[in-house]
Amino acid sequence: MSQLAGKAVHHAPASKRIGARKASHRRPASWASRQFSGARPLVLILLLTLLGALLLLSLALGSAVIPLDQIVNVLLSGEADKPAWTNIVLKFRLPKTMTATLAGMALGVSGLLMQTWFRNPLAEPFVLGVSSGASLGVALVVLTAGAGGGALLAGLGLAGDLLLTAAAGLGAAVTMGLVLLVAARIQSSVTLLILGLMFGYLVAALVSLLLYFALPERIQAYINWTFGSFSGVTGAQLPLLAIIVLAGLLLAAALVKPLNALLLGEDYARSLGVDLKPTRIGIVLATALLVSAVTAFCGPIAFIGIAVPHLCRALLASADHRLLLPGTCLAGACVALCASIIAELPGNNLVLPLNVVTALLGAPVVMLVVLRAMRGAP
Amino acid sequence: MTAPALTARQLTIGYRRRSKGDIVLAQGLDLDLQCGALVGLLGPNGVGKSTLLRTLAGMQKPLAGRVLIKGRDGASLTPQMRARHLSLVLTEAPQPDLMNGYALVALGRHPHSDWLGRLTEADHRAVAWAIHAVGADDIAEQPLAKLSDGQRQKLMIARALAQEADVMLLDEPTAYLDLPRRVETMQLLKDLARSAARAILISTHDLDLALRSCDQLWLMSAAGIVGGAPEDLVLAGRLGETFSADGIRFDARSGAFLLNTAPGRRVRVDGEGAGAIWMRRALTRNGYSLTDESSAIEVRQRSNGVGQLWQISLQGRSSEHATIQAVLDALESEGA
Repeated sequence: MSQLAGKAVHHAPASKRIGARKASHRRPASWASRQFSGARPLVLILLLTLLGALLLLSLALGSAVIPLDQIVNVLLSGEADKPAWTNIVLKFRLPKTMTATLAGMALGVSGLLMQTWFRNPLAEPFVLGVSSGASLGVALVVLTAGAGGGALLAGLGLAGDLLLTAAAGLGAAVTMGLVLLVAARIQSSVTLLILGLMFGYLVAALVSLLLYFALPERIQAYINWTFGSFSGVTGAQLPLLAIIVLAGLLLAAALVKPLNALLLGEDYARSLGVDLKPTRIGIVLATALLVSAVTAFCGPIAFIGIAVPHLCRALLASADHRLLLPGTCLAGACVALCASIIAELPGNNLVLPLNVVTALLGAPVVMLVVLRAMRGAP
Repeated sequence: MTAPALTARQLTIGYRRRSKGDIVLAQGLDLDLQCGALVGLLGPNGVGKSTLLRTLAGMQKPLAGRVLIKGRDGASLTPQMRARHLSLVLTEAPQPDLMNGYALVALGRHPHSDWLGRLTEADHRAVAWAIHAVGADDIAEQPLAKLSDGQRQKLMIARALAQEADVMLLDEPTAYLDLPRRVETMQLLKDLARSAARAILISTHDLDLALRSCDQLWLMSAAGIVGGAPEDLVLAGRLGETFSADGIRFDARSGAFLLNTAPGRRVRVDGEGAGAIWMRRALTRNGYSLTDESSAIEVRQRSNGVGQLWQISLQGRSSEHATIQAVLDALESEGA
């Protein structure tokens, strides 16, 4: 053994000298370019192009046929040849399209935050229990409202929608406050994950209890909410949704560096200079903002949050959040727009539940992408 | 001698409990870690080696006392400032998907880079230097998933190096590695301590390797920490005290722990070189006591021109055998 160690001593400097000469020729920059090879910006540009096309498509498609140039006219000058067209585009299609875009971005990014923070590929935006809180709020309003509530829901008018949004928002906000309070005190992310899941079960049980004693038509109203929809947001509500989502996205963008460090786990992240507590609170706050806003305005939209980050990692072949964050933003918006378009395909009067479309069409696509990416990797 | 890179004064380590009183693992520790030295932290399981490293690294608050990093109180440093002076390698090398070796080592530049973690030309140079210093040039562009435990741990050490911190703390970094990789890692750390003037503290259970490569050992037991040159500690019987356990004793002559067995028949081995060394080990393993004096049993190494032979003299009779196993069998059949 001593001989073995001795040999290592004698050989090491020689091999190092040779290596040193080689290394001085090698340009470190070539490594850097490897790190961000040209394919990745290209993927981002492709996603951006796709998003542009889907935005136009989403505005162009619907039960009323409006020529594409007229839609562009409405967008540019606010006026189409027929006032009805202007009305349809500005009052219905634009809010729906913008809602889908914002919701897709929000869900994709919050899914990424959760998966990185919990270091668990199965984590999704709803693991913190925020959407459970929102569903409890909605269930309480829909299922327990008195006679007045019944009348209100029977009409399902604008006031009813507003009430649902408010109830979901309140439920989500209360849950968000609770989660933040817990996150500030509890250091272990696994503990928080388990608490969030248990809170979800608890709330699901309460909702089931409410459903059990509720009238059938009210149950239907509640189930309608759980289907999710991008069409419920009016032009007046849109700025609120946009502001909250943008705030959440900006917060997430400020966290890309600690998120990259967290890929090595919390201990290593801390040793790399990450201040864990503000990071934890930032991640939870960003996720809660994004998910609360989307759930309140669109209902509990499943699938996008868990699938889009995986889709992006496969497309970008990178774990770097500086790429993944814009990637999940763009891909999330694309997926949400696709789902929205397919749910209301022209030619049939049927509007499919959004959650049905996202999962039925999205899951096979993601399976395919992830399997192909796995085959490429060892 | 320059001021130590890492200092502990009257440090008490352990865990705070709300109601039942704190669990104290060690108290009143005064420690100095100098630049340019590789220090091995040895001690039995559960004595608090990891807790000490975590406390020194600022991941855990001391129950009392202070940790000074380059003369500044560790508790007053921001995480980023601390990361510029102190780097860490843990037992398990994480294996994030879709990351290559270079990107992993580049994470070590975090304490120095901007809010986005963008790397400057100087950062890239530091990363390339660190990768080269651990001899990982050939694996730097490989995805981490393709690498072995040893290769990933090498990159984790490079990442700690790229941090350009004076102090490097390693918590059993070689636990999952095979023996050649462990020897290589210790040698690497020793070289780095010298050439890059780092203060390196490594906790390990690899006593033999630590004795051969560390400049200093810190022996940790329930009584506290005893430091010194490995050889001085051996000769003063400190290793035996630290790891004292029933049925095991530290043999200062061989530098290894031996099982306490009832003294067996005494054997004298005549011979030199590797053959004699391994013959002695085989006899010890089988419960014989070695002696230098003439004895009832003697094993002699002989050369018959073709190869080695072992001659046994036992109660006046002698026989010759080609292998160590044959010698052991012969001794046993004679009832010796």
